[in-house]
Parts: sequence; C-alpha cells; structure tokens
Amino acid sequence: METKVEASVAEPLSVPEQGVTLRGVGRTYGSRRADVTALEGVDLEVRPGEVLGVVGPSGCGKSTLLEVVAGLQDPDSGVVEVAGESDADARRAACSFMPQRDLLLPWRDALGNAALALESQGVRRRDARERAAPLFERFGLAEFEDARPAALSGGMRQRVAFLRTLLPGRPVLLLDEPFASLDAITRAEMQAWLAGALEAEPRTVVLVTHDVEEALFLSDRVAVISRRPGRIVSELEVPLARPRDRRAAVADPQLIRLRERALEALGA
Amino acid sequence: MKRILLVSLVLAGALGAWAWVASLGSVDDLLVASPGETAEALKDDRALLLDNAWVTLYEVLLGLAVSIAAGLLFAVAMHLNRTLREAAYPLLVASQAIPIVVLAPIFVLAFDYGIGPKIAIVALICFFPITVNVLDGLRAVDPGHLKLMRSYGASRLRTLRSVELPAALPSFFSGLRIAASVSVIGAVFGEWAGADEGLGRLVLRGNDELQTPRVYAGILILTLMAVALFSLASLAERLACPWNRDERPA
Repeated sequence: METKVEASVAEPLSVPEQGVTLRGVGRTYGSRRADVTALEGVDLEVRPGEVLGVVGPSGCGKSTLLEVVAGLQDPDSGVVEVAGESDADARRAACSFMPQRDLLLPWRDALGNAALALESQGVRRRDARERAAPLFERFGLAEFEDARPAALSGGMRQRVAFLRTLLPGRPVLLLDEPFASLDAITRAEMQAWLAGALEAEPRTVVLVTHDVEEALFLSDRVAVISRRPGRIVSELEVPLARPRDRRAAVADPQLIRLRERALEALGA
Repeated sequence: MKRILLVSLVLAGALGAWAWVASLGSVDDLLVASPGETAEALKDDRALLLDNAWVTLYEVLLGLAVSIAAGLLFAVAMHLNRTLREAAYPLLVASQAIPIVVLAPIFVLAFDYGIGPKIAIVALICFFPITVNVLDGLRAVDPGHLKLMRSYGASRLRTLRSVELPAALPSFFSGLRIAASVSVIGAVFGEWAGADEGLGRLVLRGNDELQTPRVYAGILILTLMAVALFSLASLAERLACPWNRDERPA
C-alpha cells in the first residue's frame, strides 16, 4: 500500500519512466432506471513524461476516466496499467490525483494543506511541512504559508492544491479540470504557471478539461472524447516547442488549425 | 455595541415586568418574591448560596466531562462501525425518552446519597446532544475529501484524524452548547432525588420552609450558571474553530 516511489521534489526529476496504458476500457454505472455507459472501448497510451490532454463535452466520462486510472474505480472491461501495474492499489500508489475542486481543508494553513498528501503516507507533520516549504518559494506562494484557504484567492488555492499533488513525488499526475472554477484571466495566468511548474517538475500528466485551447497549450498530445458513451474519437499531436508562450501559442496558426480539428471532432 | 444595548433593554424590561407582577396586590408574597427581596436574599444568604453553588457547579462540570468523553467515544465508534450505528441509535434515542425525574430516585437508590448519581444524571442528559451532533458532523464530511484521502492511500485512522474529526469540531461545539445549557437542570433533578447540599437542594428546602426570596435567589444563580456555561462553550468554539467564522460571509 505504501508508495515505493520516492522522488525528492527539491531536485528536478529526470523524465519519469512510467507511462499509462488503457486497452479497451469500459465502465458502466448501474442505476435503477437504466445502465449508463460512461466509457466504452477506450484505448489510450500516455508515454512516460508526456502531457496528455483529454477534452470532451460535459458528462462524457472524463472524470470517470481519471478515477479509473487513479485506482479509485476499477473498469468493467479492458485493462488499465500505470507504470506497468494494473492492480488498483498499485495504480493508486503511482498516481497523484488533483480533483476539480481544490478541496483544501479550511482549518489547515496553506503549508499544512500542501503537506496533506505526504502526511497521508505516514510522513510526520513537521517533516512534511519542511518538505513543502521550499516549493512555496519556487511556485509563487512565498509568505502565504500561514494563510488559511479562506484568505487565499482562487488562483492561489489552486496552486496550493497543485503543490499538494506534486509533493508525494509520484510519477503520474492526474489533473481533473484544475482551472474550471477560475475566471478567464486567472485561468490564463494559471495555465502559464502550470506549464512552468511542469517544466521544472516533469511528470507523466493526464489533464482532463473541456477547454480545447487549454488542452492544446498545455499538452504534447490531445485526445478527444465523444459524448456518452465516452470513446476516443481523435488524437492530435501538438507540435509546438517548449517552453511555450501562452499568447504566442494561442495565435499560432498550427494551434488554430488543431483547435478547428478538435472542435470538429467534438461535433461543435 | 448595539447588541449590548439591545440585551440590556430586554433584561431591564424583564426585570420591570417581574417587579410589576410582584407588586400586584392579588399575587401572594409566598409565590413571588420581588426583585428587591431577591437581591436582599442574595446579599444576606451569600455564604450559604455560594457554598451550595460550588457543590452544584462541581456536579455539573464533572457530569459534563463524563458526557464529553462518552459522547465522543460513542460517536466515533458509531461512525466507524455501521452495524453498531444501526444497533445503538434507537438505544441512544431511548436514553433521552426516559423521564429523568423518574430515573433520578432510582439512581440515588442504586448508587448512594453522594455526588455519584448527580454526575450520572448530568452525564445522561448531556451526552445525547454531544453524541448526535458529533455523529452528524462526522457523517457530513465532504465526500470529495474522503476520495482525496483514499487516492493518497491514507489509512482509516489518518483520515479520521486529519479530515473527519476536525470537520466535526464545530458540530461538537453545537452539541456542547446545548449540553451546557441543560446540564444544570440535570444536577438539580439529581439533588431533588436526594442530597444534603447543592443549590437544587437549597431551593427545594427553601420552598418547604416558605423562604421565597431565597428560592428566587437560588433559581437566579442556577440560571446564571447555565448561561455562563453556554457562553463559555461558545467562546471555546470561537477559539478552537477560527476557520468556522472565515467561511461565513461577514
């Protein structure tokens, strides 16, 4: 159960060796009226160190996809492998999951919240806080260590939630619409911030979003999921070099063409 | 400031109404002591009242302590174990349905004449609001937090300590406030069933001896005691759960 993956966040990781593979994954929820098929025959490969964006309309099973990868649910059919392991416990130990809402604990200060995932693995509170502290400096949260979540802006709360996700040093990050609750300006700011953070701390990332532009800007590759039952209908390589500048990227003709193709695949 | 003024006005009004009723010729002096007579009794009998007030306060505090310990233990056990919760909940409710007035003499018979039955009765009354509120608080935890802890591979105990117990703390204090305000009633019932000291005992004897002002003085102190305990619980909540206030819009 204890994670064996111990990567210090203080020194940049080498590109992790662990990827994610889904083969023929299906997931159906039984309800009293009718069964709802959230995912059907999903084949997906996330290469080690790659950022894969997953876009789709609301209710297309994107969140289910992440929870299946994260080991919070098991698929009804098909195989999911994270870092070569298909057991749910092993998947949980290799993945760090960032849910849609920041879910910061209101009684803990920002540093305590960032340290929560580490503490959950049995790291002592003081040690966990000590390991979280240098990241606050590096990721634009200096001097907010003692602030309770209620005193933080939406963007800062999201940063703390991301550091909490990063700190256990797990090779695979699963981000579920991390910026959906933010206003447009803060969201643009946070996308640039996340791109920078992932430059500094490379991981294998699955980023679920309904914002095509966000997916294209942040990802190496984008998978488009159809309306329920969720299937992969298109996969697009994003050939932009890194580091990317958000404003330049958004205006890049290649990216605009990709956006058209993604929207077409979505049927929008 | 405005609140203090308002409270003072209401209190002054109540005092005035009391004085007016006491001054009516048609009201028996043995039934109603005037504010003035009560104040006199407070002054003249202050040593007697204070000695007995300490006894009652001691019973109340010990009873509350027992109820807090038992309430927390019960709530956590019932939260962790579904079978226990379903089995014990009816019993929990039944414990409140028993009329304490009837139970008190049995307690005195079963234990003895001393402080034991008083503590037991206070604890019996107080542990219900604490248990129910803590249990509700534990169960009302955001499922998103639980899922998050599961994704981190946190143990059951870790989740309880880091997420569920802190989240239930405001509910615990809601329960404690209710418990604090009814605890004094428990001690009085306990003393009525059999005691040789305490304010409840003093009030009962004063009634028999037709010392109406002393009875009123005793009741006044009992009331103030309950109000003070309630305020203390509110203060403790503000100190222990400061985040609870920053979530509410000012």
